[in-house]
Amino acid sequence: MSTNTITTQKVNFKVFRFNADNDYLPYYENYTMDVTSEEVVLDILNRIKWDHDGSFSYRRSCRHGICGACAIKVNGRSTLACKESMTTMIEYFGNEITLEPLSTKRAIKDMIIDKADFWEKHASVTPYLVADIDECPSCENLVSPHDAEELNEADLCIQCGACHYACPAVEINSDFFGPAAFAAAYRFEADVRDNDANRLSYVNEEKQGVWDCVKCYECAEVCPKDINPIDKITKLHQMAFKKGVAKNNVATRHAVGFLHSIKKHGLLDEGGLVLYSEGPSIVKHIPVALQMFKKGKIVMPWNMPKSDKLDEIQKLIKSSSTVKF
Amino acid sequence: MKKLKYALFTGCTAKQSTPEQMMSTMAVARKLDIEMIELTEASCCGASHLQDYDDFLSLVLNARNIAYAEKHGLTMVTICNTCQLNTAMTKHRLDNNADLKAKVNEKLAEIGLEYKGTSNVIHFLYAIIDDFGLDKIKEMVVKPLSQFNIAPFYGCHNIRPSELHNESHKTKENPYNPTSLDDLIIACGAKNVDYEEKNKCCGFHVELQAPHTAAVLTGNAIAGATDQNADMMVTPCPLCHLKLDTQTKHASEAIGREVSLPVLHMQQMVGLALGCTPAELGLQHHVTDVNFI
Ligand code: SF4
Ligand code: SF4
Ligand code: SF4
Ligand code: FES
Repeated sequence: MSTNTITTQKVNFKVFRFNADNDYLPYYENYTMDVTSEEVVLDILNRIKWDHDGSFSYRRSCRHGICGACAIKVNGRSTLACKESMTTMIEYFGNEITLEPLSTKRAIKDMIIDKADFWEKHASVTPYLVADIDECPSCENLVSPHDAEELNEADLCIQCGACHYACPAVEINSDFFGPAAFAAAYRFEADVRDNDANRLSYVNEEKQGVWDCVKCYECAEVCPKDINPIDKITKLHQMAFKKGVAKNNVATRHAVGFLHSIKKHGLLDEGGLVLYSEGPSIVKHIPVALQMFKKGKIVMPWNMPKSDKLDEIQKLIKSSSTVKF
Repeated sequence: MKKLKYALFTGCTAKQSTPEQMMSTMAVARKLDIEMIELTEASCCGASHLQDYDDFLSLVLNARNIAYAEKHGLTMVTICNTCQLNTAMTKHRLDNNADLKAKVNEKLAEIGLEYKGTSNVIHFLYAIIDDFGLDKIKEMVVKPLSQFNIAPFYGCHNIRPSELHNESHKTKENPYNPTSLDDLIIACGAKNVDYEEKNKCCGFHVELQAPHTAAVLTGNAIAGATDQNADMMVTPCPLCHLKLDTQTKHASEAIGREVSLPVLHMQQMVGLALGCTPAELGLQHHVTDVNFI
């Protein structure tokens, strides 16, 4: 079959409808349409509005994956409507497609949500360059290609919110800044011209900061611009240790504890890690630990297994460590 | 078919808090006549926490582990999603960055090793499905689990980021609609349960620093499976298993609803269907009782 052939198939769309001004509860409307292999999700939104119901509302502007306005959820997956091909969606989910706003809880009208939480969090990480730059410079403020690479394309984020509303930590912990805000924080922390003194420690605070990321990789998977926010989050962790702003708390000790344990055993000493991370607060883990002990799930310190050739591991730790805490 | 042979990277939990995972892995390997060479020299993968502290060191340590598999000339098999992530991520980064690979090899040379990039890294789940074959497992089932509705819990790091998966696996897993574990449940004669949380996170990695978030995620997963009439859950990840099996009290408190389901390791489910005994599979090591099976 030639790749140029346009194919058509029937798709049933279940579409989230809600008008905060009139409706007490949201409802779903069904539309069946012939979808061609050339169409993107935004074409479907347009056709619902043009052919079925003129009151249907959604955001879009550039139609080129640049403005970030059109992000919605297709079968629970955050996506940029103007970029996502329907063929891929059908491949993923079959012919029953559900269209919902990024956050049903924050819906105002159909696909349109109140994105205030996203923007507040974005604003709170100082998402701009802080630098003492001469107002009348005599030459350009050059950034070498090598230094520019350090941004790791974090500057390409279009603030579409796809990652933010796919993040389970954002959903549960309303203080958590979320993947897009962290990507923005990283973008300026990695900029050689920036000299903001507070941003890095601010995004390392407990509850709101990077340490509450559950490492699920949802953000990396959904991002239409391949920003890979969790990669930036990992880099913010590393920067905090490198620049000495990491506080001594349960989260940082949990990371450092791995090093101590590997140095001693090659393997992770699970009990030792919890003790090292929690300190005296370890008492709260005792009930579960007792249950686990009864089932033979806890190895006593004197029985802790060790890797063979531990000397090699220790040698590498000595020669390859790049951080001190 | 040629006898399958792998280099087994056990990870740390298999030696400590989930002994049943080690037991059932070996039991299934025996049944399927798969030879496992245990990488006893391997270190911890860093579990993505050492990675937060010292990126380069964690690359070097993981490259060393893979180098041992390469020395045997074998594919490395992992039995933990997070080990899979960190090992496959190391491989991905070194194979795509010659400078980085050279820097890492400079360190490995100190102990007489070299990372070449010749060994593939796959999770045991995909080894038995892709290399051994789902149909063959199906044929070997002697005790079909036909009376059970089993809810698959995939665990993040086997399915996301999908770029790693696409590189090293024969059949691509769709992170939004994964099927491998469902297929395996069906092959074992049970009914697979579809529920929203099956490809979501269990919260394990923030259990200490964000206990509430972690507990809600665990609670939601068990509740989701329960509401779709699951009799039990099954997972390929020992960390997910620890969360779902041992943390039900905190999970119940966090979501304001009493939740608890028996949770099998993927290997235990297959082992049961293939006729292994409960003791061989370590069913006595669960906190939430599974011995009724
Ligand atoms: S990181 Fe990606 S998904 Fe998140 S807001 Fe930016 S462009 Fe959108
Ligand atoms: S990896 Fe972290 S930031 Fe990204 S979606 Fe998961 S919890 Fe959120
Ligand atoms: S599901 Fe849980 S243990 Fe498994 S990979 Fe995700 S966070 Fe880690
Ligand atoms: S319409 Fe601008 S990004 Fe889709």
